[in-house]
Amino acid sequence: MERSLFSYIWRHSRPEQIVILLLVVLAQVFYFMSLTVPKSVINNGIQGNAFKDSKTIPFLVWELDLSAIFPGRVIRFFDGFQVDQLQYLVVMSFVFLGAVVVNGLFKKTINTQKGRMGERMLRRLRYELYDRILRFPPAHFRKVKQAELATMVKDEVEPLGGFIGDAYVQPMFLGGQALTAIIFIMMQNWLLGIIVVVLLAVQMSIIPRLRKPVLVLGRQRQISARQLAGRIAETADGVHEIHIHGAANYERADISERLGLIFKIRFDLYQKKFVAKFWNNILSQATPFAIYLVGGYFAITGQMDVGAVVGVLLAYKDLPSPIKELIDWDQQRQDVQIKYEQVIDQFQPEGMMPPALQAIPDGPPPPLGKELALAGVVVTEDGRIKQLDSLSLTLQTSSRVAVIGGSGSGKDVLGQVLARQTLPASGSVRIDGKDFFQLPEYVIGARLAYVGQDTYLFPLTVRDNLLFGLKLRPVAPAVYDDATRAIREVFWKESERAGNPAFDPNADWVDYELAGATGPADLLPCMVRVLKHVELDEDIYSLGLRGTVDAAQRPDLAEKILKARHTLHEHLQDGTYAGLVEPFNDDHYNKNLSVAENLLFGTALGKQFDGDNLAADPYVMSVLQKTGLDVDLQRMGLSIAETMVELFSGLSPDNPLFEQYSFISADELPNVRLLLQRLGGKGIEAVPEADRIRLMTLPFRYIEARHRLGLIDAAMEERILGARRAFAEGLPANLRDAVEFYDFERYNSAATLQDNILFGRLVYGQAQAGERIGTLIAQVFDELGLRDSVIEVGLDYNVGVGGKRLPASQRQKLGIARALIKRPQLVVVNEAVAMFDGRTQDRIRDNILADATERGCGVFWIANRPNQAEPFEQIVVMQGGRVVAQGSPSELAARGGLYTELMASA
Amino acid sequence: MNLNEEVELLKGVPIFSKVEQARLKLLAFTSERVNFGVGQEVCHQGDPGDTMYVILGGTADVLIDTPNGQISVAEMKRNSFFGEIAILCDVPRTATIKAKEPLATLKITKDMFYRLVAEFPEMAIEIMRELAHRLEDTNQKLRAATRAG
Repeated sequence: MERSLFSYIWRHSRPEQIVILLLVVLAQVFYFMSLTVPKSVINNGIQGNAFKDSKTIPFLVWELDLSAIFPGRVIRFFDGFQVDQLQYLVVMSFVFLGAVVVNGLFKKTINTQKGRMGERMLRRLRYELYDRILRFPPAHFRKVKQAELATMVKDEVEPLGGFIGDAYVQPMFLGGQALTAIIFIMMQNWLLGIIVVVLLAVQMSIIPRLRKPVLVLGRQRQISARQLAGRIAETADGVHEIHIHGAANYERADISERLGLIFKIRFDLYQKKFVAKFWNNILSQATPFAIYLVGGYFAITGQMDVGAVVGVLLAYKDLPSPIKELIDWDQQRQDVQIKYEQVIDQFQPEGMMPPALQAIPDGPPPPLGKELALAGVVVTEDGRIKQLDSLSLTLQTSSRVAVIGGSGSGKDVLGQVLARQTLPASGSVRIDGKDFFQLPEYVIGARLAYVGQDTYLFPLTVRDNLLFGLKLRPVAPAVYDDATRAIREVFWKESERAGNPAFDPNADWVDYELAGATGPADLLPCMVRVLKHVELDEDIYSLGLRGTVDAAQRPDLAEKILKARHTLHEHLQDGTYAGLVEPFNDDHYNKNLSVAENLLFGTALGKQFDGDNLAADPYVMSVLQKTGLDVDLQRMGLSIAETMVELFSGLSPDNPLFEQYSFISADELPNVRLLLQRLGGKGIEAVPEADRIRLMTLPFRYIEARHRLGLIDAAMEERILGARRAFAEGLPANLRDAVEFYDFERYNSAATLQDNILFGRLVYGQAQAGERIGTLIAQVFDELGLRDSVIEVGLDYNVGVGGKRLPASQRQKLGIARALIKRPQLVVVNEAVAMFDGRTQDRIRDNILADATERGCGVFWIANRPNQAEPFEQIVVMQGGRVVAQGSPSELAARGGLYTELMASA
Repeated sequence: MNLNEEVELLKGVPIFSKVEQARLKLLAFTSERVNFGVGQEVCHQGDPGDTMYVILGGTADVLIDTPNGQISVAEMKRNSFFGEIAILCDVPRTATIKAKEPLATLKITKDMFYRLVAEFPEMAIEIMRELAHRLEDTNQKLRAATRAG
């Protein structure tokens, strides 16, 4: 990237800058007009100066005055209209208005153009910086803080956008103005002119010098602010450590220190700025001082007439503001130049990847090559410790090799080299004779898979993460209708103008062929297959059960789930499952649902009837009053209140039992107790109206089967059922969308898959009911061939930031699955299974091996335990960064040595 | 069966016999009711135990592993309880309990029990007194046995 911001701007916005410049010049004509017209309006239109000699004057005379070249020669094209004074006034007033409008339009156009150019340049610069992040050598990320990178791309280049529009136009425009004024002064008196020029020169050389410290401080301010952003991000990343180690105050000390430093820099900056401003003012007044003194002297001595001195002074009046603005512009220029340098310095580390390596392939990526040869490879850590020491090794990319060695053997570093994650300091890695590190990324991306010890997941769905490695290029363009297409075209054109690539993220980037599928339709089995290989299918299935399906979008699936519901309920009729599930039944009170759920008898959509909102809803209230259930609920509430006061009195308010089991919060309990004491055993009729409402909401969460207070007998069940019917029948049209009623024949889009198939509640207190029903559901899904569809729903689960919504072992499994789904020619597994238990490690290894053997592809397995190496056809033994033995297990066993030692230790 | 009946049953458990009624009610309210189908195991001999069960209804077999296989040594009915020592200290189950008829139990976990004891120390004192009585009782029996032997 150019070191100079100016040449960067000029190179990328030359035509636009010229257009704007021309517009500015043109605008001056109209600007001048809008200044002269008022003079004519006042002099001729109102005071009637031009109408002293005749009633009318010609207007809009169009003539070419050539008298400067040929004296007296005027070519007249048009004699104009004759207008009287009033007509003149009207016409000139409209001319003035017109000039103002045109002037305004020019201003608007120029500002728009400038703004667009500035934003375009900013976009280009940001893109280039981001592009560079993608080409940083991997090791560089150990040194830079991500928050600092983000601050630079986001905030620090921002002021550049505002400046770019003015970069060339402003100095030209202001310079022109200043020059005109100087020339005018020169024409009045050359001596005065020279004095003015000298004083200006002094001013323009001293002021920037005074502002130099301001710029230095500005740079410090920028760096300290960037570091602050980095520190804040560190706090967020390490917040658990801070709490665990009680280091919050140490962190506070550090931040306070930094803020103090920033304060000092900013305050210094402030002070220096005002010192510069003070001198600026003094110096700019030095010129009139000189004009008074010298001009006055000339006038007194008679060398110059007073009028000329006044003329000079008047001309000078126009000078300070452009000069001041020029100085300001210069200040801004230096400021953004420094900012620019500060930023781009951070974006050109040694060993950046050439752009060609990240080119987008125009067809399916070529194969990897057959033979991988490492010769004299040395990897050092910061140039000191040798992690790989002149390592030489030849591998067939189709062979299945395990690497074993102790913890300092460098086996993991070897794995990183093979994934191009670590660059060797010397030595060569060649594939079929070609430099391995010069292969385009798409070849590596498509043909070689790598999984390390920890996996980063993007905060997207499981599916997005799983398919991440298949998105090397857009394989099928997105389909747009004509209108959208036109909008997209404009969008891409603009992208190109700002030097951004016109790739369409809406296109289908998934390379189905790579996964062994022909298109979106048959991708699912491929995904399920790899999930099985890493034993993640069960977990994703569970996520699927907890997921939802919109029947409008997947009517086929909704239909099938509905069928599964029927099948499941047939099974539930069997004696084996009797009493485990209480199905939703229109005509029965469900003892395993709360009172509120029994009333609503459906899934709340949106907030209207959700949770505690139900109790406060005016429609619900009206239904309760109409059916008379409100008094019943109040009675139940009173009874619950009595029990709660009896049970929870004396318990300390912060006891977790309150939150888990009490219907009344610890804060409220004393009030309720008081209320009960005042009642002294009298019934609900004695309770004040305000308290009744509160009592009435208590039973909403009451579940007969769970809480067992014996509040709901058969008669009460009937009454609640009555209210349920009244609620559904009287539901106003505007609330129809707020609830999806339970209906055995309808799929419920708002409920989870599990709730949909179960269509009921697990009965409280049945030993192992959850497990048994879970198994039954799985069995039903299997029978109907729906298991994969459930997994498909689970694939839509969002894994959260850094995949934190998945447990660590599932994250790692997903990472391995992501590597396997592209059916790589060679997969490098770098101690990636270490976090699983021993048996899982072996099973996943066997699955990966079996899959690779079937496809005739290679596996490079860096073993976290030596005995994992047993089933591999070839084993590499490493020690101290070198290969000490290589061969088949039997050969190595016969030779003994380190191999035998390692195997025995496992 | 409602809460009050459960409390009556809890009072029949010796270590709870002296504990205030209100506390037992809270214990019953916060404890889960678990039903077992015929043939389902409530607990298995040798497994670590941290839960006590009070039988609210039905019958259960008490089975002991012997070299000749499992044999039934007793039967439990309503009002019986087992595992009360398990909520005081970790001991392996000394027998397998299997539902003979549909079995209803109240399941009292160690966690819940400890939480209540932490909240109401007088409960601990009552239980200690009861345990001390039982220890003294056992000691006497032991002395009588040694004298007799």
